[in-house]
Amino acid sequence: MKPDFEQFKDIPGTTIFTIEKAREGFHLNQFCMSLRKAPNREKFLADERAYLDEWDMTEDQKQAVLTRDFQKMLDNGGNVYFLAKIFATEGLSYVQAVSTMTDMNVEQYQAMMLAGGRNIEGWRSKKERGEA
Amino acid sequence: MAKITAGVATSHVPAVGAAVDMGRTQDPYWKPMFDGYEFSKTWMKSNTPDVAIVIYNDHASYFGMEIMPTFAIGVAESFEICDEGYGPRPIPVVDGAPELATHLAASLILDDFDMTVLNVLEVDHGLTVPLSLMFGTPDKWPAKIIPVAVNVVMYPQPSGERCFAIGKAIRRAVEQFDEDLDVQVWGTGGMSHQIQGARAGLINLPWDQQFMDDLINQPEVLQYKPHLEYMIEAGSEGVELIMWLIMRGALGENVDEVYRFNHVPGSNTSVGHLILTPSADTDKTEA
Ligand SMILES: [Fe+2]
Repeated sequence: MKPDFEQFKDIPGTTIFTIEKAREGFHLNQFCMSLRKAPNREKFLADERAYLDEWDMTEDQKQAVLTRDFQKMLDNGGNVYFLAKIFATEGLSYVQAVSTMTDMNVEQYQAMMLAGGRNIEGWRSKKERGEA
Repeated sequence: MAKITAGVATSHVPAVGAAVDMGRTQDPYWKPMFDGYEFSKTWMKSNTPDVAIVIYNDHASYFGMEIMPTFAIGVAESFEICDEGYGPRPIPVVDGAPELATHLAASLILDDFDMTVLNVLEVDHGLTVPLSLMFGTPDKWPAKIIPVAVNVVMYPQPSGERCFAIGKAIRRAVEQFDEDLDVQVWGTGGMSHQIQGARAGLINLPWDQQFMDDLINQPEVLQYKPHLEYMIEAGSEGVELIMWLIMRGALGENVDEVYRFNHVPGSNTSVGHLILTPSADTDKTEA
């Protein structure tokens, strides 16, 4: 079966981690995996730039990490389960980190979740939203 | 002969593991969710299996990007707990069931499911949170565990049909194992959730409840649901629900619903939970 990677492009506000994206983000995600070890976490926090320079990542990927721009990390092949190692290193929860990718602050995001989460109405299609 | 006596489906939210480990299950935020599992813990005390085959996914905890197996099975004596970045969860090591696991791996490969065989595996919240929810906080887990890891993180994930079919193959393989064992199959992950992008926080409870109904009553139809629909309707991470189809495939044609629970939110997730048993008539038709 011929793979169709285009089919996901119409989902608004969503980056699907495809096998193509995985290749693009390989070194970024491997850097994240290194943070599973406590000594590496300490080393990274002590000098982030120096630690990142040990990895064969693009400058865009490094900048995205340094500025904690998670959307930019996703755009550059990062996957959220890998990126979680970055915010875990800082002791942040998924809710705290994930909210930064939305147009809400963490309190607003938490309030939305407590009220039942983001309603899907209006969030099925970029075309429907006039974004494409 | 070994026999599959029940199936369990449950979400495996990492924050739930943290709540258990930090003694926060009675906090106002968490209590309603944990209360929903009280029935299950009681039920489990009188229905503890010898072995639970736990269908789960690794979340970049043990597997990096070097190797991304579609279906993998742990055949080791025991499985250590992963450090997911916060330090390993302070829970007992997970004991395996090497003989049944080896039989299962071989049977599945001969049935054309090309399993990756794991002689070493550390397990993450995908497997350990369901253990905590169903068994509580014992000093030692009361059942042996066979981890079956499925790639649900990188597209293309296995299709729903493939998941349902491997579930059926697990049932046949278990029934052909000579030892008298009580075996459960657990499907974990889901339900609707998305933890990335501007659409993060998506929850679709009506869709989740329909999924449960279809899983119970018409899995033969549900198996054809395309990945795209999971991703649109249940969020990019909701595609984990294909793992529930493996559990359902392992229960035979008809099932009885022992218990059902939904709760929103568990962190970013719509928490869903089922206990199912194979119907007596299913056993008869297949005997
Ligand atoms: Fe998961």
